[in-house]
Amino acid sequence: MSVTILAVAEQRNGEIKKTSFETVRKAREIADGLGGTFKALLIGNSINDTAKELGKYGAGSVIAVNNDKLTHYSTTAYTKVVGEIVKKEGAEIVFFPATALGKDLAPCVAARVDGAVAADCTELKIEGGDIIATRPVYAGKALIDVKIDAPVKIFTLRPNVFPAGEPSGDEATIEEASVDISDDDLKAKVTEMTETSKGKLDVTEADIIVSGGRGLKSPDNFHLIEELADVLDAAVGASRAVVDAGWRPHDEQVGQTGKTVSPALYVAVGISGAVQHLAGMSSSKYIVAINKDKDAPIFQIADYGVVGDALEIVPVLKDELKKTLGK
Amino acid sequence: MKIAVCVNHVPDTETKVRVASDGKTIDPSGVNYVLNPYDEFAVEEALKIREKNNGEILAVSLGNDSNKETLRKVLAMGVDKAVLLKAAAEQDSYSVAKAISEYLKTYEPDLILIGKQSIDSDNSQVGGLLAEFLGLPSVSVVVKLEIADGIAKAEREIEGAHEHVELTLPCVISTQRGLNEPRYPSLKGIMQAKKKTIEEVDAQQTEPRVKIIGMKSPPEKQPGKIVGEGPDAVPELVRLLREEAKVV
Repeated sequence: MSVTILAVAEQRNGEIKKTSFETVRKAREIADGLGGTFKALLIGNSINDTAKELGKYGAGSVIAVNNDKLTHYSTTAYTKVVGEIVKKEGAEIVFFPATALGKDLAPCVAARVDGAVAADCTELKIEGGDIIATRPVYAGKALIDVKIDAPVKIFTLRPNVFPAGEPSGDEATIEEASVDISDDDLKAKVTEMTETSKGKLDVTEADIIVSGGRGLKSPDNFHLIEELADVLDAAVGASRAVVDAGWRPHDEQVGQTGKTVSPALYVAVGISGAVQHLAGMSSSKYIVAINKDKDAPIFQIADYGVVGDALEIVPVLKDELKKTLGK
Repeated sequence: MKIAVCVNHVPDTETKVRVASDGKTIDPSGVNYVLNPYDEFAVEEALKIREKNNGEILAVSLGNDSNKETLRKVLAMGVDKAVLLKAAAEQDSYSVAKAISEYLKTYEPDLILIGKQSIDSDNSQVGGLLAEFLGLPSVSVVVKLEIADGIAKAEREIEGAHEHVELTLPCVISTQRGLNEPRYPSLKGIMQAKKKTIEEVDAQQTEPRVKIIGMKSPPEKQPGKIVGEGPDAVPELVRLLREEAKVV
């Protein structure tokens, strides 16, 4: 009997995020490599039309679980749903995006289905019928290769690492499944959601990040970072020093005690490059450093460096990019 | 109210990681170990909750004798009791959560607090596993918490938003930076902590399920070029980003 592989996709307010497309695409590739059966799973309420989208990224069929009690995320209820679908489908391999939802859900599901999780994987390969996953530890200061030895093998995939690829014209077949949700299953439930970033991108999801550090000299100068980020459609990041100083909110912090990111372009402005910061961003595809100290460690890992005062350089860079990008 | 707080003993953020000769772990020489930063928020939150609701805080750490340093620190911060679950070196999230859950079954806490992740293995899993093994609800990555009348109201950080989560006690809360400002141990606290006994128990041993095949350093990034100095270098930088890197 062939192995069954499931990719759990995520929607918020009826919209599927790119990270889920990345996960579905990679899961499909692994399923093809193992000669297995592949399905995606989407949970929510009235999400059948949304679920069809997943077909464009390689999901031939999507199990849709609709229930008004599942409109908002609930760790306990969603754990029950994924657990039941895994058992019903006899899935032995399950993928999640390593998003806030995926990271919350995967370990709970693992306990429920006698599984184990390789978290935040950045590479997957098949060797002798087994999946070997590479995952960063110590915020990326080292990488480990792991193999899961459990009845259900679960992998969460780091955002922005596996390409989602171009969408095809395919539409997924929807298989509706129902799971009973009792009050007991809603011991933890989301009652409200508040936007924190005024519609701006989170650093973990962004293709481009512009980060600021002490070199900006004052929190009042951070508008320069925000404006540069705007021109590039980038997320704003920050070093630990400026977060500790209260200049910026902690959810912008990049580094070992903040967020680990792998964008296509990381622009470090006035950041010298402490070990713990470098750990969190050195896997970025391209790194630009702007710093007045030519010996700053950040230049050791930067693809392009400009030595000088950030306050003088950033406004010029913003204008030059505006001109070039026609904005 | 009985609060259990799980604390880990990890290399500090200044650590430069070198792979040990076994090819699977890090070389511990010259490494400074500290209380896991995210667990510090868990300890501080436990202390604040006890100040309001009275009760007792038990700190649990799984590892070996060196974890006692971290347990001493949390006792000095004001935790009432500490237990070391003595375990083999090779563990994964599953085996750690299993051992802690078995121990906590006898303690029956009303609330379990734990950092959202350990900064060594970066798994972010023990909180969720622990909750499921104990049949409790959980919420992770918490930046705000209020507890009243058997209900925990938590704000959890997600991409670009906060989810407001309500859950019934007992439950597991995993803590994120932003929740509070951890206190420094007072001199009195440090003196008192020295007199306290750290209970030692053999952890229930479970086979790790995520097997480490090998550890390696990340690919070395070649230092790139200094494009130039000052604002004059900007046009060339933009050209390189467009034509060479093709990222803008």
